[in-house]
Amino acid sequence: MSITAAPAGPMVRNPRADERVTLVRVIRSEWTKLWTLRSTRWSLLLAFVAQAGLGPLVAAIQMSRWSSLSLQDRLTINPIDHSLGGWHLAQLAIAILGVMTITGEYQTGMIRASLMAAPKRLPVLWAKLLVFCSVTLVLMLAAAFIGFLAGQAIFAQHHVNVALSAPHALRTVIGAALYTTATGAVCVALGTAVRRTAGGISLFVGVFYVLPFMVAILPSSLANSIHPYLPNYAGGGLAQALIDPNSFSAWGGFALFGGYTVALIALAAVLLRRRDA
Amino acid sequence: MIEVSGLSKHYGERVAVDDLTFTIRPGVVTGFLGPNGAGKSTTMRLILGLDRPTHGTATVNGRHYRDLTAPLHEVGALLEARAVHTGRSGYNHLLALAQTHGIPRSRVQEVIELVGLESVARKRVGGFSLGMGQRLGVAAALLGDPATVVLDEPANGLDPEGIRWIRNLLRGLAAEGRTVFLSSHLMSEMEQTAEHLIVIGRGRLIADTDVATFVAQASAGAPVRVRSPQPTPLAEALAALGGRCEPSDQGALQVYGLTAEQIGEAAAAHQLVLHELTPVQVSLEDAFMSITKDSVEYQHADASPEQTAATGLGSEAAAPAAGAPR
Repeated sequence: MSITAAPAGPMVRNPRADERVTLVRVIRSEWTKLWTLRSTRWSLLLAFVAQAGLGPLVAAIQMSRWSSLSLQDRLTINPIDHSLGGWHLAQLAIAILGVMTITGEYQTGMIRASLMAAPKRLPVLWAKLLVFCSVTLVLMLAAAFIGFLAGQAIFAQHHVNVALSAPHALRTVIGAALYTTATGAVCVALGTAVRRTAGGISLFVGVFYVLPFMVAILPSSLANSIHPYLPNYAGGGLAQALIDPNSFSAWGGFALFGGYTVALIALAAVLLRRRDA
Repeated sequence: MIEVSGLSKHYGERVAVDDLTFTIRPGVVTGFLGPNGAGKSTTMRLILGLDRPTHGTATVNGRHYRDLTAPLHEVGALLEARAVHTGRSGYNHLLALAQTHGIPRSRVQEVIELVGLESVARKRVGGFSLGMGQRLGVAAALLGDPATVVLDEPANGLDPEGIRWIRNLLRGLAAEGRTVFLSSHLMSEMEQTAEHLIVIGRGRLIADTDVATFVAQASAGAPVRVRSPQPTPLAEALAALGGRCEPSDQGALQVYGLTAEQIGEAAAAHQLVLHELTPVQVSLEDAFMSITKDSVEYQHADASPEQTAATGLGSEAAAPAAGAPR
């Protein structure tokens, strides 16, 4: 950089045709952003360990206490759900991470840099959703298969295991990963809408954990008609082999949950476009 | 080139930017001056597409920032508020921004060296000092090698070494023929670097002029300092011409209402000896202070309208002030 040289007139720099912001490039950028934060790596690791490890742990405990289990207990062992139950914790970790992928940007001011680099804004949201959901889905699918297979290997000690070809088994393995991933998408949208980590996580906990309790204390006739529509009941059915008879079918409920997800993402997109950053 | 036309921004009842119109000429350093709270940052955010204007438009190279296909190659920006995730390293921050435009890693390394952050680039930004943070912001602004650079209070909070660095950087950018739009509430920096000035107060345009004219305008009512071994006859002679003399230090007189030429000629006509004849230079800082006195958002209650009317500035400056009682 020459400081002493006299200016040779205004600098002109027209971007070349290949110098432009594209969705693929924004996706690459979001990929870098995701993996270069320590908190992301820890959250993903936690979710993976929970999904892959908690089920087999439960199976191991049940098998080691086999001799002291009552007949009733032995008969109610549910090898599919017990090997996959880790999704409850995995979902929580993914939800918090989903909120923070966007609120972390708002709270540090990074969002301004992101939006100045991609001023159309929506590509940032699409890229974030795509990167976060793909990573989550791949990790959770792998973790769910590991959890299921390891769990069955342990259940085999007392021959209460099932094969992946058993009714509901494959659907539940894939369902656990899908439900956790969709919850992550919901939380990215929530975070975009509220822009604050605490607010986003509170909303998630409120809707997925508190709301079901509130509905449960309503008169049962009313509660029963509301229950199937609650997001956690609608979406969670896919992640469970044993479904509450008073709810939608596994895929039907998940379709409803997908509808909620799409609606929230649409709201987040509108707000992101319209609001001052 | 940045063009701002009829630009306004309201936040509820509060008017942050009020009908601003100006053009930033290419290849020149333009200073954007105004007291804190005058609307400088908001104006820059409107130019950069971060906020939506309530009325009016702001364009960069003829297009709204949001419609630029490769914004980092057209405008580089350093905002006053930090725009970096504290958990990421400086290198990865720049890499993520570069990737949105397909800018290669070699350029990331280049800007890191340009701002002198080689030794800390792999460390997390959360541990950066204010000065390192500003350098990282400048690196981000220069990533796309843009012809236009927008910097909001770049010297804010920097130590003297950092301020000198920013000053040299701005000179370098200007020497390369880049358009630089630089905001500050500190005059001294502008005096060193800017050629042209845009002055705003309470969201309104106060002046759009070059630095020399701005100072001259504010100097219009300034006195001439005269020292003579015969002060009394000199004062009488000057009073006869309509000058007003006030005693100053070292037996000097401050003469108001006459130019240095008039005073010298009067002294010669009366055969009076002069030891000093100096038009008092108003610094950019003084000029700015007097012109924006009424525009400071939270000024002291004792600054009465009479005082502001007595500053004797050009009509351009006085007009918005007179129409805006507090």
